[in-house]
Formats: sequence, structure tokens, C-alpha cells
Amino acid sequence: MEETIISPDGTQEYFINMGPQHPSTHGVLRLVLTLDGEIIEKVEPHLGYIHRSIEKMCEKDNYRQIIHLTDRMDYLSAHMNNHAVSLAIENALEVEIPDRAKYIRVIMDELTRISSHTLWWGVMGMDLGAITSFLYGFRDHEYITEIFEETCGARLTMNYNVPGGVMFDIHPNFVKHVKDFIADFKTKLPEYDTLLSGNVIFLERTKGIGILTKEDAISFGVTGPAGRASGFSNDVRKKEPYGIYDQLDFKEILYTDGDTYSRYKARIDEMWESIKIIEQLIDNIPEGDFQAKTRKVIKLPKGEFYQKVETARGELGVYIVSDGKMNPYRMKFRSPGFSNLSALDRMARGGKIADLVAIMSTLDLVVPDIDR
Amino acid sequence: MTNEELTNTITSWFPDVEFIEEGSQYLTLLVTKDKLMDVISKLKEDPSTHFDYMFCLTCVDWPEHFQMVYHLKSSDLDHMLVLKVNLEDKEKPEVETVCKLYATAELHEREVYDLFGVVFLNHPDLRRLLLTDDWEGYPLRKDYVDEINIVTL
Repeated sequence: MEETIISPDGTQEYFINMGPQHPSTHGVLRLVLTLDGEIIEKVEPHLGYIHRSIEKMCEKDNYRQIIHLTDRMDYLSAHMNNHAVSLAIENALEVEIPDRAKYIRVIMDELTRISSHTLWWGVMGMDLGAITSFLYGFRDHEYITEIFEETCGARLTMNYNVPGGVMFDIHPNFVKHVKDFIADFKTKLPEYDTLLSGNVIFLERTKGIGILTKEDAISFGVTGPAGRASGFSNDVRKKEPYGIYDQLDFKEILYTDGDTYSRYKARIDEMWESIKIIEQLIDNIPEGDFQAKTRKVIKLPKGEFYQKVETARGELGVYIVSDGKMNPYRMKFRSPGFSNLSALDRMARGGKIADLVAIMSTLDLVVPDIDR
Repeated sequence: MTNEELTNTITSWFPDVEFIEEGSQYLTLLVTKDKLMDVISKLKEDPSTHFDYMFCLTCVDWPEHFQMVYHLKSSDLDHMLVLKVNLEDKEKPEVETVCKLYATAELHEREVYDLFGVVFLNHPDLRRLLLTDDWEGYPLRKDYVDEINIVTL
């Protein structure tokens, strides 16, 4: 333990453990806080409580099996994680996938983004003491999980993408249910604003709190809505488009304040953009195959392959080093949560302990994604 | 800058760096361990390259050496580059830390230390990150055996 420093007015700093079981860490994350009264002097994350060594497991598995593991990293962005690995494999094999699969994948990705953000919104309200938002958020989240269940058979770990396309075609009711959801959600999303976004208590607790500058965001590699709230323009869908994102009309949400409120607003705005994307696609899903033919046993050529995908939390990187065998020589997942967490100390220093909860909420940490 | 312009610029600064031509979609640069800090700081500080965003830092355990892999990107110029450093000494792999240049490297280097046992010189806080402090061995090394937790087929 470090030596105790006694300040001139006779107070002394002390340590407090937040987690691994703490309602606002949403998983088993432990933070050791150094405090002076209720002012935070240092936040030190202790990781590994849910480390499963997915990267080591990948070295033993073949490429089809690996996709199953990625659901279990950031479980709220399961579709995007699958998408990233599938794309990496397809690019390595130089397989062209059918348009129908591309459309389905992007619709699924954006539905996942909305479902992840609705859950985040509900939980963020609850972290700040508003139970209502939790119920509202879960209501809309459930709607989407039911759409997923109908087509993929699972609600959380969908595992729907396979190398070459998607595992099976969409359910006959899919288009109708997605349209119903969008129509419904468009009336629900303004409720989010009336409940939280304009609430005076909420504004007091978020505006000007936990500021992250653009330089720090870049240096710490903070991506996704959290990075864009600081003005770091890094939407993979715009910068290095994959799937059919380059043909779509949507905005990259950018704010410049970098405080908790900007991060909050960035996600709310992103949901509107996701709605826009789905509306452009849902009536135009092309007919045809949903899967390109690939070999049963996939062997990637020698070399290394990197694929970026924008998940609900930021930039997910999949780095495959192949030596030509049926399993990767080395597999690395650059998870967005890991880098976003590293900036927590910078944001929370000098603030109050109660603000830490708000800051963590807007980073939207998913612990299995950080530990892998 | 395009890859060609990048190649020319970097060669004019450091004539003895080696470009790896094949096997990656990015421009790949192999530098020696003692040149790493010179090259990476120049790449970051110079306004014409301005590689200010490190999007990935990792290590690969090859039979003859450990290879550190740094994925760099410029946030305003949008070009990308991969920097590689081979650590020949497999018994005692050591390399200078880059966390003074990139804050994200601090946790990433701790992860590499934890799982590969690569020591980062002058790192402010080099401890195990994911595993417990008393863990023996480095699991992502190829010669790591754990008969209890790893099921081999």
C-alpha cells in the first residue's frame, strides 16, 4: 500500500473498493478508488474477474467455431462481433457474399445498436436514480430481442453470421415486425427525451462532468459514441466502410464538449440514425441467396488480416495471424471497452465519487468485452 | 498520404528500416528494438505523418522470436501503418514502452506482459492485469501447458 499522505488541513486520503460486485459496474469490474473526502484522486481498474482467455481458445478452434466465442465478448453487440470475424474470414478468402446477406447483416447490426443503446439508456437512468427509464428501456429492448428470436432462435447470443453470409434466411414475418417496431419506436424515442434529456436533475448531474478532451480521446483510443462526443471522428462505418454502409445515407454524430451529457446525447442521436438506416433497407432487401458457398473446412492463406467494425461501444478490431492451417496462429480482439475503460481515470479525477457512476454509465462498459 | 508516399517519406527519414511487402493489407514496417522509439516518435510528431491514434497493440509468439505489433492510424490524415519489432531473446523479451506517446498503450502493454511475459522498460506500472498476481507462466505463449484448464483434443 502506498504511504498515507496527510494534507495541511489534517485530512488523509483513503482507498475504497468499488466492485467486483457493485450495481453500477454492470458486471464484475473492480475499481480501487483513491479518495480525498469524496473527491476522486485516482481510479485504478482491476480486471480479469471474467477473463476466459478467448484468444487462447481461438488458437485451438477452427474458423467456424471462433464465431461462437465472439458472441460472448460484448454480448450486447453480438451481431457486430460475428460480423467482424465473418468479414475478416471472407476478405482473407476473397469470397464475395450475396447482396441479400449484406442487407440482412446491416439491418441486424443496426437493430443490435438500437437494442444496446435502449438498454444503456434505461440502465443509465437507473444508475442516476430514475427507475422509470429502466422499465422503458427494457420494454424497447425486449421488442428487438423478440425479432431476433424469431429469425435467429436466440435472444442474446444470436450467432447468426457465418463466413459467406448468414446462417438461415430471415423469418417470413421479419420485415413486417421490423417495420412495426420502427413505427412504434419512433413514438417512443421522444419519450426518452422528455423523461431524461431535459430533466433538470439529470442535466445537473451530467453537464460539464467527466470531461475528456479530443487529444485524450485519441491518445487513449476512446472510440464509438464516447469518442465522438469528444470530437474524435472515428465512425468505422464512415471511415472504412464495410458491408453496404458506403451506399447509405446517415450522419456521423459528433459533439465537441466531451462531457457526460455529450456522450449521452451522442447515443440518443445515434438511435435516430440507426432508424434512418433500417428504413432505407427494410423495403429493399434483394431476393436471392443468403449465403455464398464456402468450403466446409476453412483454411485461410498465410498472412495477417485485420477487420474493423463499429459496434455499439466503438471500434472492434479483429486481428488474425494465419499460418495456412485451419485454425489461426494468433487471434487478437481489440475490444472497444478495454480502451474506453483506460480513459476512466482521466475523466473521473478531481470529480465527486457520485459522478463516477454517471461517467461509467456513459462509457457503456460491458465487462466480458473488456476481459475477453 | 498513400502507401507509396509514406514509404518514400519514411525511407528518407530512416534509410535502414525494412518494409515487409507481403501478407498484410496495411503498409508494414519492421524496425529494430533500439530504433523503435526514434521511429515511432517521429511518425507521431511529424505533421506530415501524424500517427496519433494507436488502434491495436499486441504480440505474436513465433518459434524464433516474439513480435510486437503496433497498429497506427492518423486521426486527421486517415492513413494507417503497422510497425513491427522482433524481440530475438526468447528467454528475456524486453522492449521500451510507448505509453508516453500513446496513453492507450499502458493497459495494452500490461496485457501483453501478463499473457506473453514481455517486459516493457520504463513502464510506470507493469503488473499482471487479467490473471492473479501469483499466476505462473504466460498463457498466450505457444509452449504454455496447463493440464487442468486447457483441454486438448
